[in-house]
Amino acid sequence: MTGPRIAVALDGAGWHPAAWREPGARPGELLTAGYWTDVVREAEAGKLDFVTLEDSLALQTVNYLDRPGERDGIVQGRLDAVLIAARVAPLTSHIGLVPTAVVTHTEPFHLSKAIATLDYVSTGRAGVRVQVAGRAEDNRHFGRREFGEFRLEDSAEPGRPSPLRDLFDEAADYVEVLRRLWDSWEDDAEIRDVATGRFVDREKLHYIDFEGRWFSVKGPSITPRPPQGQPPVTALAHAAVPYRLAARSADVVYVTPSDRAQAASIVAEVRDEQELAGRGAETLHVFGDVVVFLGETEQAAADRKARLDELSGEEYSSDAHVFTGTPAGLADLLLDWQGAGLSGFRLRPGAVPHDLTAITRGLVPELRGRGAFRTEYEASTLRGLLGLARPANRYAAV
Amino acid sequence: MTRKQIHLAAHFPGVNNTTVWSDPAAGSHIEFSSFVKLAQTAERAKFDFFFLAEGLRLREQNGEIYDLDVVGRPDTFTVLSALAAVTERLGLAGTINSTFNEPFEVARQFASLDHLSAGRAAWNVVTSWDAFTGENFRRGGFLPQDQRYERAETFLRTAWELFDSWHGDEIAADAGSGVFLRDSSAGAFAHHDAHFDIEGRFPVPRSPQGRPVIIQAGDSEEGREFAASTADAIFSRYGTLEAGQAFYSDVKGRLTKYGRTPEQLVILPAATFVLGDTDADAHERAHVIRRQQVSGQTAIKFLEQLWNTDLSAYDPDGPLPATDPVLGDHTIARGRASVRMYRDPLATAKEWRQLAEAKNLSIRELMIEVTARQTFIGSATTVADAIDELVQADASDGFILVPHVTPGGLDEFADTVVPLLQERGSFRSEYTGTTLRDHLGLS
Repeated sequence: MTGPRIAVALDGAGWHPAAWREPGARPGELLTAGYWTDVVREAEAGKLDFVTLEDSLALQTVNYLDRPGERDGIVQGRLDAVLIAARVAPLTSHIGLVPTAVVTHTEPFHLSKAIATLDYVSTGRAGVRVQVAGRAEDNRHFGRREFGEFRLEDSAEPGRPSPLRDLFDEAADYVEVLRRLWDSWEDDAEIRDVATGRFVDREKLHYIDFEGRWFSVKGPSITPRPPQGQPPVTALAHAAVPYRLAARSADVVYVTPSDRAQAASIVAEVRDEQELAGRGAETLHVFGDVVVFLGETEQAAADRKARLDELSGEEYSSDAHVFTGTPAGLADLLLDWQGAGLSGFRLRPGAVPHDLTAITRGLVPELRGRGAFRTEYEASTLRGLLGLARPANRYAAV
Repeated sequence: MTRKQIHLAAHFPGVNNTTVWSDPAAGSHIEFSSFVKLAQTAERAKFDFFFLAEGLRLREQNGEIYDLDVVGRPDTFTVLSALAAVTERLGLAGTINSTFNEPFEVARQFASLDHLSAGRAAWNVVTSWDAFTGENFRRGGFLPQDQRYERAETFLRTAWELFDSWHGDEIAADAGSGVFLRDSSAGAFAHHDAHFDIEGRFPVPRSPQGRPVIIQAGDSEEGREFAASTADAIFSRYGTLEAGQAFYSDVKGRLTKYGRTPEQLVILPAATFVLGDTDADAHERAHVIRRQQVSGQTAIKFLEQLWNTDLSAYDPDGPLPATDPVLGDHTIARGRASVRMYRDPLATAKEWRQLAEAKNLSIRELMIEVTARQTFIGSATTVADAIDELVQADASDGFILVPHVTPGGLDEFADTVVPLLQERGSFRSEYTGTTLRDHLGLS
């Protein structure tokens, strides 16, 4: 496949705050298994690489630093993304499932076994998107930590200590623990040797003995090494501090360029950080995030977005580039930006189902017509779809 | 006369020597297909629920990872959510430790599971004061044993406050008017005490059951009070007539002071079973299974837990050590849910010596004699009779069955015993409700 890899980011009824009011939206079903099964199956019917599932420990906001729960007229309430992914896994067969997990307040031991188990129940299609949570509202749900002021402008300066940088450094430690726990069982640790009475070979189970600034974890995991060995770790990054986290820890980083030139400069920055982290030889996918409002014509797409904006009372804006137009126009943009070094895209449908089906039934055929998207899944695991080899176990004796 | 209805649950065999991995019929303990198989068998048999235990640190003995039993488990929440996709009515119960989690995250996960299973979630609340397990977590093993029920109860009540922070009618989702929430304060909570100091907005709207079914397993005085005040179901260890009746009347008798009725707490002892064409067949199979469960190596490991010292040089087919158990801190085995603790090791050793001499038993034979427990042994008719009699006599409200082989260990029970119980009118032939609370008669 020469074209870009395509993922879709699922969040409630879509990314526009008024998406739930669109015809065809199912706002009363956002807390049901049926809704999530249907949307993930639609993405799989389009043979997309994977879906991400947004999550948060707080009620939805329009902008990250808004106070949760204070905005009227938007979807409020959501389910745990890892559990949604697990619920959908047995009912799908090829698409990757990448739930969001907040790593600031949860235990790496728990998340490690949850993602390993998602990999078992999906037979090799699990990934995870790690996210930090720095708002006071999130902290108060746990009541055991206090941070300094979380200022988005700190995210541009990896060289300067800040509460925000601490959060990302902690997240890097967290991912290190996830990965060590996934490797803490060698693949052939289970031996079932009747003669010696041993179910496992304890020489192939390893204490990880992680000691860091924020936590220490002994290991080994209680869950054997998952089918993919290491499920792909992904992260969204907008600036230098999170680029550094992604370069140290991730297999896929989602970035938010506003045009082709910015895409090129972000890719260069990520690659520099990757070299700095000593991972220059490894595959790190850089996916561009794009919010999409699609229509049969440019005018139809623009009218639809205008209608949504009117319902919410303000023009929609996003951290990511907002594309309004036809599937063919979007295909042009994606192939153009791919030329700037992006290896894939994570598309955020403005409204579901409309913009999701416009991706699977409009964009996908458009890309296929240009020889730039798969017609069949070429692999049965998420790593396989991403062209990532199954990694060797760091603890296995060579 | 209507017969008292039996409640049955299926336990996925866990990491202990009850689970026989050396049998040719034993399959994977980690592949999802094994969980699907057992859960679908339980649902076919109209069981109340499927139950999954939890472990958070691999067991050790003599300072080494214990390697003789099945080891390795999936994450409880994740596997239960996936099972919700391949079952329709079966309750989905999981153990979740309250020591190494926070009420906000556990409540969020259980409320999510209850939504995703359309009302089938249950939570077996356990606590840990174990610093050994705590080494895998940020909080460590900080909890003094005398505070474990206090924290567990506070944890549970805090989780309830979060479940109850939504009443169920807040979501309007009215596209025309643009009103998503009728009540803009939905989910607001604040809980401040010595254990938890939290406030905010709970992000999961009210789930089909409101709260998951709460299960507990404590047997101490505090544990029984905790269960009587808060649990919907209790796992007991008393599966015989007299002990069962004593536990049953004791715990149910405690309900009144909490304003509850006997029907509001379902008592389910754990039980194993061995079936055969005849009672004699079953006893023969039971003997074979006990030898599978207690290999020579396992017998030595069990003996070490009493002797509190390394006995690896001993022959399991030979006599007991001539030396006495080592007294002092008992540290040989770590990470077991119930490490075999012996109050008076010297007296127990003396008792075992006498038993071994009287019956001329080797170490392995003695260990089979003193540790192996099989609750129901016999033909399908014998086992159905025994289960029905115990329930009708108020020794329990039913049983949580622990097959000794994964994943097919429940098939024979489902095919032979369940129809007999149904014929008697003691067990449902079809589910009459959709939620686990419906199945347990709690709603």
